[in-house]
Amino acid sequence: MIKIIKILYIVGFILLISCSNSNDVSEDVNFTFNFTHNWDGATVTSSDFNTIKFTNANGEELSIEKLRYLISKITFQNSNGNIIVIDDYNLVDVTNNTDLSYSPSIQIPKGSYNNVSFTFGFDNEDNIDGEYADLNTAIWNVPAMLGGGYHFMQLEGKFIDDTDAEVGYQYHAIKAVNNSDPNNLEFQDTFFTVDLGGIVIDKDISFEIKMNIAEWFKNPIQWNLKEFHSMLMPNFGAQIMMYQNGQNVFSLGSVTQ
Amino acid sequence: MRNWVELYIILSLFICMSCSNENVEDYINTPTPAPLEIPQFFQENILPPLIPANNPQTVEGIALGKKLFFDPVLSANNTQACADCHSPQHSFSDPDKFSDGIDGLLGNRNSMPLFNLAWNFDERFFWDGRVFSLEHQAFEPVTNPIEMHNTWQKVVSDLQKTAEYPPMFQAAFGSSTIDSTLITKAIAQFERTLISGNSKFDQYLLGEVFLTTEELNGINVFMDETKGDCFHCHGNPNNPLWTDNIFHNNGLDSEFTDLGLGKVTGDPADNGKFKTPSLRNLAFTAPYMHDGRFATLDEVIDHYSEGLQNSATIDPLMKKVDQGGVQLSPQDKADLKAFLLSLSDPSFIDNPDFQNQ
Repeated sequence: MIKIIKILYIVGFILLISCSNSNDVSEDVNFTFNFTHNWDGATVTSSDFNTIKFTNANGEELSIEKLRYLISKITFQNSNGNIIVIDDYNLVDVTNNTDLSYSPSIQIPKGSYNNVSFTFGFDNEDNIDGEYADLNTAIWNVPAMLGGGYHFMQLEGKFIDDTDAEVGYQYHAIKAVNNSDPNNLEFQDTFFTVDLGGIVIDKDISFEIKMNIAEWFKNPIQWNLKEFHSMLMPNFGAQIMMYQNGQNVFSLGSVTQ
Repeated sequence: MRNWVELYIILSLFICMSCSNENVEDYINTPTPAPLEIPQFFQENILPPLIPANNPQTVEGIALGKKLFFDPVLSANNTQACADCHSPQHSFSDPDKFSDGIDGLLGNRNSMPLFNLAWNFDERFFWDGRVFSLEHQAFEPVTNPIEMHNTWQKVVSDLQKTAEYPPMFQAAFGSSTIDSTLITKAIAQFERTLISGNSKFDQYLLGEVFLTTEELNGINVFMDETKGDCFHCHGNPNNPLWTDNIFHNNGLDSEFTDLGLGKVTGDPADNGKFKTPSLRNLAFTAPYMHDGRFATLDEVIDHYSEGLQNSATIDPLMKKVDQGGVQLSPQDKADLKAFLLSLSDPSFIDNPDFQNQ
């Protein structure tokens, strides 16, 4: 009987130690990115799609029928200069309301961070042709003749042209490529980093990432859909303009913890 | 000490009985797992297939499903099997524009080919996506008045009376009592084995064969956004399905006699939208489109080149609609056709596992 009591005591002690270790692990916290969308401040969801109800900076009336985009490499830089990079990606699909909320399985330590950021699209290290089964399944690939890899964004819909006809547009963002010589493709990077600023994290945290869709058509390039509405993937100049306008598209919304 | 000995004997007896019972049940009721044989290129490039947790693939279930698929007992007058409208030599589609049911009535849609169904990740089946899951899809043709025109009560009764089916259900599902759910589960298991992944183009991607100059030019037309731009809906060499399994209005009509997805969702924005079919096995699946309106691949390519009809829901990916389409040259059309035919897989339609034998 005494032996049994001793065994129970030892088991209990081990359990107590285990519980204590669990508490230590809670120094790390979960984080979530919630993606919301607006047109110059007016909320946009998939229920706003398929109707000509937006007007861009160039005065063109348009609809949205599809919007999906890729973000990757969420990064936390702490006050000591240490950087935590979440080597993962998320394909936000506004049309189908999927992956609007992204919670990586990786936790981050509590603490003070000088900056939180993410990458729009893939950087060159990650933009590997055919590498990701889920993105291949989603037909998110870029043709090999344009360098391969993956789309960064697909924004599609219709706009009213000068004859009052509805015309389709395909605002697809990829890594810019000059393919005038198919045997000597020339590239220019068009992924970019979105800085969200500093934050003190002391518990599980959610970031609202706001995309102002109107900005894709506004600043610094006043986008002319009549001129640039179709076959934009192999259009080097159009891709550079998308990159320029993309700098002002994202902002940090509410932060809750 | 005596108490300890008694306790030991009782516990040992109890454990032995438990083990004994498990072994007997396993021997009688456990069907043999039969994982899908997934082509190498599928494994390496796209997500794993969807297999419902409540309907795993088994040797016995697949055999039962195959027998049911080819058995006219599912129809009211025992004249029509699934395979009548989904024949193996036509990649499990129907060469007729519209299939006729047991009463001689015609439908208004072309029979869809059946292959690679376990990779339909949204699980929306039929041209208009009206049914969720492969198991539920199999429910419809049996009772459809213009197809098999039967009742499930009669199907179950007829099968239950046979000598061969109750033991097959017992082996597949552990019960000789037949019901419609088990019937559709078995058919779905068989349908999931219909995997096509051995076309000339698949072999090219694996480095086993070369493509002709025409076929290589054709893939360039297919992938070029300024030419065919087929890839946004039909995929690319990194995705062996050759469909996005999504619904689009591809400019067939300016006014709709068949609303397609729109009738299912009730959303006018979905009017005229139909599921993107896979481009695999086009050599065997004529006629084309949801209503079988095009008898040849040439007609299909001509449609996208200069035959587009504008409408409120036409997909934004349809380019140069005001000109009728993307205006391919005769050479581009011929090359595109050559590439498309390289996606056909004769070993699929000749596979003895998929024949009625």
